Amino acid sequence: MTRGLRGLGLTFALAGCHGTQSMTEGAGLQGVQFSNLFTLFSAVTGFFYLLVIVGLIGGLILRPREDRTAEGEKAAGVGFMTWLGGVLLGLTALTVASYVADRNVAAATPAHPTLEVQVTGNQWWWDVTYRNADTGQELRTANELHLPVGVPVRLTLKSNDVIHSFWVPALGGKQDLIPGRTNMLTLLPTQTGIYRGQCAEFCGAQHAHMAIDVTIEPRDAFRRWWAAGLAPAVPPANPLAKAGYQFVMTRQCASCHTISGTPASGRVGPDLTHLASRRSIGAGTFPMTRGHLFAWVADPQGAKRGNQMPYVGLDADQLRAVVAYLEGLK
Amino acid sequence: MSLPVRFDGDLADLPTHGFGPRSLTWWGIVGFMVVEGMFFALLFAAYFFILDKEQTWPPQPYAPPGLLAGTVFTMLIVLTEIPNAVIKRAAERFDLRTVRKGLVVMSLLPLPLFVLRGFEFASLNVLWTDNAYGSIQWALLLTHTIHLITDWGDTAVLTALMFTEHGKEANRFVDTSENSAYWRFVWGSWLIVYLLIYWVPRWLT
Amino acid sequence: MSEIARDGETLKGAELEERLARTWSRAPGLWGWITTVDHKEIGRRYIWTAMTFMVLGGILAAVMRAQLARPESGLISADRYNQIFTMHGTTMMFLFAVPVMEAIAIYIIPLMVGTRNIAFPRLNAFSYWTYLFGALLLWVGFILNIGPDAGWFMYTPLSGPQFSPGKRTDIWAQMITFTEVAGIAVAVELTATILKFRAPGMSLGKMPLFVWAILITSIMIILSLPSVALASAMLLSDRLIGTQFFNAFEHGDALLWQHLFWFFAHPEVYIIFLPATGFVSQIVETFTGRRVFAYPAMVLALVATGFLSFGVWVHHMFATGLPRLGYDFYTASSMAVAIPAAIQIFCWIATIWLGRPRFTVPFLYVIAFIVTFVIGGLSGVMVASVPMDLELHDTYFVVAHFHYVLIGGAVFPLLGAITYWFPKFSGRMLSEGLGKAAFWLVVVGFNVTFFPMHLTGMLGMPRRVYTYPADMGWNGLNLLSSLGAVVIWLGGLIFIANVFLALRRPRGAAANPWGGSSLEWATDSPPPPYNFAHQPIATGHTPLWDVTDVLPVMTGLRVDDREQLITTAIEAVPDIRYPSPEPTPWPLLSAIALAALFIGSIFTPWAVVIGAVPLAVGFIAWFWPKSPPSKEPVIE
Repeated sequence: MTRGLRGLGLTFALAGCHGTQSMTEGAGLQGVQFSNLFTLFSAVTGFFYLLVIVGLIGGLILRPREDRTAEGEKAAGVGFMTWLGGVLLGLTALTVASYVADRNVAAATPAHPTLEVQVTGNQWWWDVTYRNADTGQELRTANELHLPVGVPVRLTLKSNDVIHSFWVPALGGKQDLIPGRTNMLTLLPTQTGIYRGQCAEFCGAQHAHMAIDVTIEPRDAFRRWWAAGLAPAVPPANPLAKAGYQFVMTRQCASCHTISGTPASGRVGPDLTHLASRRSIGAGTFPMTRGHLFAWVADPQGAKRGNQMPYVGLDADQLRAVVAYLEGLK
Repeated sequence: MSLPVRFDGDLADLPTHGFGPRSLTWWGIVGFMVVEGMFFALLFAAYFFILDKEQTWPPQPYAPPGLLAGTVFTMLIVLTEIPNAVIKRAAERFDLRTVRKGLVVMSLLPLPLFVLRGFEFASLNVLWTDNAYGSIQWALLLTHTIHLITDWGDTAVLTALMFTEHGKEANRFVDTSENSAYWRFVWGSWLIVYLLIYWVPRWLT
Repeated sequence: MSEIARDGETLKGAELEERLARTWSRAPGLWGWITTVDHKEIGRRYIWTAMTFMVLGGILAAVMRAQLARPESGLISADRYNQIFTMHGTTMMFLFAVPVMEAIAIYIIPLMVGTRNIAFPRLNAFSYWTYLFGALLLWVGFILNIGPDAGWFMYTPLSGPQFSPGKRTDIWAQMITFTEVAGIAVAVELTATILKFRAPGMSLGKMPLFVWAILITSIMIILSLPSVALASAMLLSDRLIGTQFFNAFEHGDALLWQHLFWFFAHPEVYIIFLPATGFVSQIVETFTGRRVFAYPAMVLALVATGFLSFGVWVHHMFATGLPRLGYDFYTASSMAVAIPAAIQIFCWIATIWLGRPRFTVPFLYVIAFIVTFVIGGLSGVMVASVPMDLELHDTYFVVAHFHYVLIGGAVFPLLGAITYWFPKFSGRMLSEGLGKAAFWLVVVGFNVTFFPMHLTGMLGMPRRVYTYPADMGWNGLNLLSSLGAVVIWLGGLIFIANVFLALRRPRGAAANPWGGSSLEWATDSPPPPYNFAHQPIATGHTPLWDVTDVLPVMTGLRVDDREQLITTAIEAVPDIRYPSPEPTPWPLLSAIALAALFIGSIFTPWAVVIGAVPLAVGFIAWFWPKSPPSKEPVIE
């Protein structure tokens, strides 16, 4: 049934360029456990539902015999005890299966995974920081997650403002990001591919536009991404991009954003160092294309009303220059 | 009525009043005691929830609330049970003179209690805006104060009532008995609030 | 004593009824409407008002479905949509679901237990006005574009002062205060009515199942509503006077809100469900011609549900990071709470097997209830499991689950109950033809709307999103759900038309058109103001089926003064003759004073102090006793 459900997911999820958000995808350990549990629960609950329907239809269609009322009452009494026993058994089985699934996942994941990522929720974007415990290096990005397949990762979840919830359905269950608390979520990706997650706790006006793009890749691909991610920003390659660079460094942009290797070191907004290599803009609001970059920079409030990036007001030349610079930040 | 009837017993000789759970008033009062009791119980749960998050209680650098006003208040309010019990028993034997005198006393006794309550607020040693500890301490004290004020109002009105012609009705004696029962809830709930505000912070230091 | 007129051999029939009518009627016209304390009149206005809010909530739902029919629709802005979904949930839960259940109980319970009025009838009047004023506060706020927009459960810190500035959340929180004062008041009235006003012979073990359901529900209301009252008071004080209950920076905790809120809100859904099971029991009994199978098991199931419902609230918080061992307990308890419901389902089906079903509209709604509610119950079993819930929580799967249990489990029985008791409320029968048309449209439409949401959720669509991207694979399912909503609306409109057309017909319904067994069918449709000319005796579980052609009654209650019989709590032995309160304007005036205090206090704390004065005046005038009934002994 899991395969069938996954097929269902693929049928409905044309996937686009941002990967499936279906929870039957089974790309992570918990995701697979979920699919298995779902199959079991569906079978058991479906069976009991069938009993109820058959019982109901029987009662509606069959006419009682006047002289057999006492027998009927006795039969109903026996039926009652059987039903009660069956329900108790069924619920106990499902409860135990649920506990077992939980313990299995816990057993299969190490207590201290070596890969650690801190995810901090903001209205309405994800601040993602990888830390290498050995070298002390930090890789900061936003609204995306690259993970090596088969390697457990511990996510540390915090919030800067309100309650958010981190959720990549293909990988596994969700966990809330609560201001004043630190929550942990350990995931174990088991399948490569591109996937999408979304904030799953109403967090204000643009809750609908707080997605995260997830890439599960082979280990060497991940290492390459990591190395590229640690490198400073690509310098502007042509005069137009240089003009854009100038604008970004001297105007409001640098006070909120960090572009490593440049003077821009604001931490209020997302890190833009490798912006152009991401799949989407504005935490899933737009796909990463030149046209959408134009739209975002020209009017972030029009794109995602209420978000924290103010309307800056660039004229056409400044806009072309800034976008030329930004699309070079691979 | 639509169906013809058959007479099967007469009710004319039944009384028009009864004390305790026989009276409707009792059920109303108990109902509201359960509601308010639940409200208090949840406040107590919130108190311990907030306590659980702190390293020390009160959190540094706050001192526990000063003991004097609260303790004198507690002693005085427990003593009010004496006239209160007198009133309840007098009501249940329809002794109007004792009820009237007792109710006047019970209407005046809360006045020094309110003064002491004022001093209690002033000696909490924390403000409601300071932190969650301050907020819950003020919430406990304020909730009980509202309790006290409303029951004092009830008692005062009942006192006035018992000096009118209505005071001679059987059901007004039932009301008096129920009012005394409710007062027990007011000081009974205070005992727990007192421990939480004043003593738990001291026991945990 | 001989001058006191009492019913009996010397005073019966038309003359008795005329004098009783005079005693128990209220003044004509607007003044009478304002001052009435008649439970039937107040129950009817409560029902009208609650159903109006159901329609308003349904309009909001239609708007939401219009927006979500297409991806990136742009029909409604994010801010407006967030207000709309908040208002939809808030209206349905606080202004419709619980009030309508209480409303029908206010009307039916005194009749079903065989008495003349609800206990504390002035409080009943007061509670209606308080409910109405709270509802108006919310809706006027919404229409003025300052309605709440942080979700019907208002998680902090989103709903706190920093992230929800302005009056929106204050309006929501104060509306809660209004509606829970009203709800608690009605619960106390119903509890006292059921325990003290039952007809002689109706011991606890012989009460109809609807009465048991309302008794348990009322106790649950009394125990759970204070939690949301406390939570909303804490939220208001965080927002308005600077307390730090939910502020993590000052050692408060956002989760304190969730615990207090869900400690209330989980029992709340059973507060909505249990009365519906009462409807189902009465309808199944009447339309199969026999008592519901295994009465003791049914009663125990109600008690068990009430009790267990207080032990599951943490299942709404499985994703918040609390200790896993604690979660295991809540999985077990959440599974356990399904057991009493499973018992009830068996017993109803067994009753149908053992009886002779009549396929009237109320009975059809019972069938739809069983078929639909059980689906919701089973998806509930799924989300009781922590690993399952961590995927399914906050997705459209949960939206499907709770609509299946709320609409299948409460609204279908409600529509059946309205149809069933309509002749008693109004003296007319609803049209069976229109009723069946509405039934099919509503039931089919409901499933077309909500079944796909199980799939939408599993494909990853979260809740409370004002739009969604075009290529997630959710388009077709959302469109289907939106089309289903149109079908529901058609059915709803036919139901409403049925009601209005019926009300235009002349009265003519019989006292007992369906052949029911309980005491509300022993009096006219609609009942006279005094309900019963003589105090009925309940001879067993099914009084009207036990007697052949005469109703046994007791005589001796006063005729020219309002008097009701109080019986003992367990055995219902006649005990006291109770002087029943008369019409008065003070409940309305007090409710106005209370509304001024509550609404004023979201603008200034001084409103509490200043507003207390007229409120005190109102309460004193209200409680000041009337002159005693004439010529009874007084104590010197």
